[in-house]
Formats: sequence, structure tokens, C-alpha cells
Amino acid sequence: MTWRIISALVENKPGVLFRVSNMFRARGFNIESLSVGPTEEQDLSRITITINSDDHTTEQLVKQLRKIIDVVDVIKLPLDNSVYRELALIKLKAEEPTTRLEIMNLVNVFRGKVVDISKRSIMVEITGTPDKIDAFKALVEHYGIIQLARTGVCALPRGVVYE
Amino acid sequence: MVEMSGAKALIQALEREGVDVVFGMPGGANLPIYDELYSSSIRHILVRHEQSAAHMADGYARIKRKAGVCFATSGPGATNLVTGIATAYMDSSPIVAVTGQVPKAMIGKDAFQECDIVGICASITKYCFQPMSAGEVPEVVKKAFYIAESGRPGPVLIDVPKDVQQESADMVFPEIVKIRGYSPHIEPDVAQVASAIDLLLNAERPIIMAGGGVHISGAFAELQALAEMLMIPVVTTFKGKGVFPENHPLSLGPIGMHGHAEANKLVTEADVLLAVGSRFSDRSVGRFDEFGRDMKIIHIDIDPAEIGKNKQADIGIVGDVKVSLRIMLKMLANKVIRKGEGEWESNQWLKHVREVKEYYRSMIKDHAREVTAMKAIKKLRELLPADAIVTTEVGQCQMWTSLHFDVITPGTFFSSTGLGTMGFGFPASIGAKVARPDLPVVDIAGDGSFNMTENSLAVSVLENIPVIVFLLNNYSLGMVAQWQRLFYNRRMIGVDLKGMPDFVKVAEAYGAQGIRAESMDELDKAIRTALRSDVTTVIDIPIDPEENVFPFMPPGKGLKDTIIAA
Repeated sequence: MTWRIISALVENKPGVLFRVSNMFRARGFNIESLSVGPTEEQDLSRITITINSDDHTTEQLVKQLRKIIDVVDVIKLPLDNSVYRELALIKLKAEEPTTRLEIMNLVNVFRGKVVDISKRSIMVEITGTPDKIDAFKALVEHYGIIQLARTGVCALPRGVVYE
Repeated sequence: MVEMSGAKALIQALEREGVDVVFGMPGGANLPIYDELYSSSIRHILVRHEQSAAHMADGYARIKRKAGVCFATSGPGATNLVTGIATAYMDSSPIVAVTGQVPKAMIGKDAFQECDIVGICASITKYCFQPMSAGEVPEVVKKAFYIAESGRPGPVLIDVPKDVQQESADMVFPEIVKIRGYSPHIEPDVAQVASAIDLLLNAERPIIMAGGGVHISGAFAELQALAEMLMIPVVTTFKGKGVFPENHPLSLGPIGMHGHAEANKLVTEADVLLAVGSRFSDRSVGRFDEFGRDMKIIHIDIDPAEIGKNKQADIGIVGDVKVSLRIMLKMLANKVIRKGEGEWESNQWLKHVREVKEYYRSMIKDHAREVTAMKAIKKLRELLPADAIVTTEVGQCQMWTSLHFDVITPGTFFSSTGLGTMGFGFPASIGAKVARPDLPVVDIAGDGSFNMTENSLAVSVLENIPVIVFLLNNYSLGMVAQWQRLFYNRRMIGVDLKGMPDFVKVAEAYGAQGIRAESMDELDKAIRTALRSDVTTVIDIPIDPEENVFPFMPPGKGLKDTIIAA
């Protein structure tokens, strides 16, 4: 079982995300994260999927994705030759001023940002690989996580051409 | 550019696709389409339930090898199609289903007879269209037929909101369409074909496993030429039944849960398996982990996603079966001297194949009664012309057909093999008869299945589409009863149909011909009468409810565990 990223270019029209996610459900593929957004071309969207699976399952998932008529192209991104990022918003309990300072220091080390502060909480934004976000989360968990939201991975291969 | 309504454009686009018949039922949300059908040359066949409309379109498609079309209204009309669409999807049959939908502004409002049929059908169609303006209709229809019929065929749904049917637009009817995310793989990789040939020529115990893909691509002659050139025995999957003449010396018949014993045995003994247009279904190969462990597998299929889905292939060839086999034959023509009949004596494998086949054929035991399913089916074969079209219902009747009915002319047999839909055979036989009115069409039925869609008798009588329902009547849901007898300690529940209804009277009530055949002599006469008649005939053949289907590979087991007889 290895962590992998699959990037699919799909038609930007209603129902496509449903078709893709419905296929995962119907065929029993377990995905870790999925993110969708516009691309350089107006009528195409990019769906980035991360899964934790073996070669055979990954190959099947790619083939089943390619089979969907609204899916224009599918590539497996090489982890060592791609840039991949995720963004997380984490709202932590911070009732003491010292706690806030501690958290802000940690945020600095992780090159994150404090994006909101209230009397009893602090919200931080962390961007990076999923590992980095996991590491930060583990580090601040004991303060008490009130809410957490992650975008899922978004990725592109390095250089000009892929595969 | 011509201005017209969406409904008119839909009918015109169907005409441009060469559609000559539509199976369907009107309702509130597809009335504008029906109003245009009124002035069209397309024949409309009114069904009594939309499920049957889809099955008829499916049966038509499988024999015509082009898309069949069915119509239904929104909501319940559309949901009634679902079983038929799923049946076509599992068996890769091209149908184009056109449903009416509530007007655009009502979508999502839980309107009367509204239902999200596009959502429901997502995993049982190749594609679903929902044109949101009339001007899209011509291109949508063109794309629907292209998708349904090309590559690995399958059902396509077109869901048309009522106001899209009514509103007018300037229409452009495209001659060709391009879909950037869709390009079927037709031409195989020649290098892969060459390696496949090497493997086959060096095999000691080669076998061909032919699937439904051979039927879909019409590669009957190519398959036979290949088998004869290399003298390789041929098993089929159940979906592939009849793609190779079953009276041919190299034919071993279907493998699988109720496959021929010799086919199940020999396929596991092969050292090289050439799988042609097959998806290695569990019903055919049993356990995926067990099947083909010690053999090299060459897998030809048009759908790349089938290569390695259930079974890893040593050589995967993605391409149209007919095109691939032609290339294979051409490459072989330069390599081998055609092997001949002499092989039966000189080739150890073929000698073994013949012995095993003769052994198991001699082991077939029949039930004690005068009229049994096996005898009835063999009598039917004897009296039917070689090119008659045969389909089945689902259950014991289907498996007895698989075992005892030898298909002689390739491509004349089909059945609901993937979804296993009870009630499929009769409406599908009507569709097949519409496709080939010149040939006799027989539905080998059981009482449970036939009961599900028997109201299509009205369609076959009133529309003058005569077929023969060959009803093996055991007054029970026989296959389930068999499992209860064999695996549930005879705790019989929910299987007794108590001889209801009287199918002879049912046939007569619909204006069809009903004949009960209680002896082999009566059966002989009944079949001859039915073949001479120009009205649908139901031949009701009472058989023993205790008659089981053997051989039988128990569920969850492998081909080697096949039980030969009780």
C-alpha cells in the first residue's frame, strides 16, 4: 500500500464530479482525498485524487476513470517529480495569552499564518504536503482542536511535459 | 439550419440514425415526442410495461447489432426502464432510452412524476444526456448512438425535459461528432498480437475461451478460422454461447456454474488460454484466485478496463475482437501450415480432449420422467432450423438451454447472462423477431420468469410479432428451489408457484395460441404447429419440480469443484 496522486482532466459541466465519485463508490475504490477546480482551459476542470493502495488497484482506478466519457485525460503523478500541496484551516482553543504565543511560534516554524483570533480561540492556515499538515496537527492537538478543514491535495507535475 | 421543436428534432435525428422501430409507452412528460412520432415513418410498438420496452430494444439490438430504441415518460415510466437498462449494461448491449422529464423549472421541486433518472442511471449506462435547450437535441442524439454502438457497446439515456421538447430552435444535424474524452481502441498493438501468436504456437495444451465480444463484433468466421487453423478446442462463456458452432468437433460448449463438465475440466488443464472478448466473470471462471493459476493467459478485449480487472493476463491485447483476430490470422498465414483433421490422431492434447468430451457426454443422465427439460430442449433443437433465434428466461430453463441446446449458426443465441433478469426472454424475443421477422424466434422459458412479463403477449399478438414461448413449467422458482434442496437442507420457502396460472388459457386470453404438451409425441406436434403458425404460441410443458440442473459448480467454488450429477 502506497500513497499515490492521480490527476484527471474532466469536462467542466454539471454532473461530472457525480459521475466520477459515483464510480469510486460503485466499484469500491477507497479514496483519501479529492479536490476539484478550474484549469487553464475554461471548459476543463482538474480533479486531483489521492489514494492509498497497491499497483493493481491504482491501475484499475485509472482505467475506470479513463472509461468515463467526460474524463478527458488521466495521469498518475510521480511523487518525486511533482509539486503537491494541501491547505488546512485549524481552529484551536486558546484562552490564555501564553497559549496564543506558543501556537503563533509553532505556526511560524511551519510557515503558516494566523488568520483569525478571538478571545477563546485562534485559527491558523497551514499549506504544504499532507505530511506536513499531519505533523502540525499532531503538534497542536493537545491545545484542543475546535474545528478543522482540509482542501485535499492539489498537484501538478514538474517541468513542461508529463509522462 | 431549420427551425423546429426539440421533439421534432429528436424524431428527425432518430430517423437520420436509421431507426425504424421504437418500443415504448407514452405519458405526460413525453407527449410532445409522441405527437411528432405520429407523423413519422418510425414504427411504434406499444408495450404494456416499460421494463419490457427496454428488453425489446435490447433483444432487437443483439440480433441487429445496432442500437435499439425505447421511450418512456418521466418518473415511474423512467424507473420502470431501469431493470432493462441495467440488463443491457451488464451484457454490453446498445440501447438508446429516451425519457420525458418534467419541465426545466420543475426539476428539483419534487414535481408530479419527477424522478432523477439521470442520477439513478449513472452506474448502469455508458452515458446519460439531459439536453437543457432544444438546440442541443440533434447533437445529443448523434452522440448517444455513437457512444451506444461504438467500442464496448452499452445503453445510453437521453432525458428530455418537456419544455425542451416543446420549445423551438434553429437545428443543425451534425454528420459526425467528436467527443474528446472518448475514443474506442479498435486497432490492437501488433507487437502484442505477435507475442500472443508465439505463445499459442508453442503451447502444448492451448484452449480458446470465447466470450460475448465475439458476438458483438461479429467475429464468428475469424474465430472459427483461427480455431481450425491451429486446431485449438473452443470453450465459450455463457455470454459467448453459440459464437462458435456447438456441433463443431472443436467445440466444448460453455464453461461456468452450469457449464459442460468437459469444458470446465479441460479449461483448467490448458497451458495457454486465449480469452477473446470475455470479462472473466465469476459465473464463468469461478474463483478468480484459483482460475488459470498454472496457465498463460492471452486476453483480447476492446475495453482496456477489462484487462486485469478480474484476472491478470500475461498478454493483454486491447482492440476490437474482429480486427484483432484478422490481424492474428494474417500474421499466422505466413507462419504455419494449416493443421488438419490428422491432428486428432497425432496430437496428444486433442486426443485427450476428445476422450474427456466423450467420457462426460456419456455420463449425462436424464431424469426418469417421459418429458424432461433435457429431452424437451433436444427435441426443440431437432425440429428448429439451424438459423432460428433462441433466447431464454433466467433460472433453470436458462441453464438447461446452456447445457442441452446446441447453437449451430453463430450469433443466433442470446440471454440475460450478466444481470440474470427474470422476465427478460419473452420481450427480448419480440425485439429479436422485429429485427429478423424472417426467422423463427423461440424463448425457452420457465414459469416463474415468463409470469413476470407475460403481458407482452398483448404486444406480440396485436403487433403481429409471432414468437414461440417454450415453457418448461415446473410450477416453481426452480433454480432457487434447487439451491434450497442442495444447500438449505430442503427447507423450501418462497418457491412454490402451485401451477398458477394456466398458461394455455393465459395465451388464449391474449389471443395467442396455447398448447399443453405432456408427452414427447405431443411436444413434437406442438413444436411443428408453433413453427407453422403465424401467431405467438405458448407451449406449456409440465416437468418435474424436483428436476435439478447438473453439472453444477457450487457458488464460491472453482471449476474443479463442479458436481457432475446428484
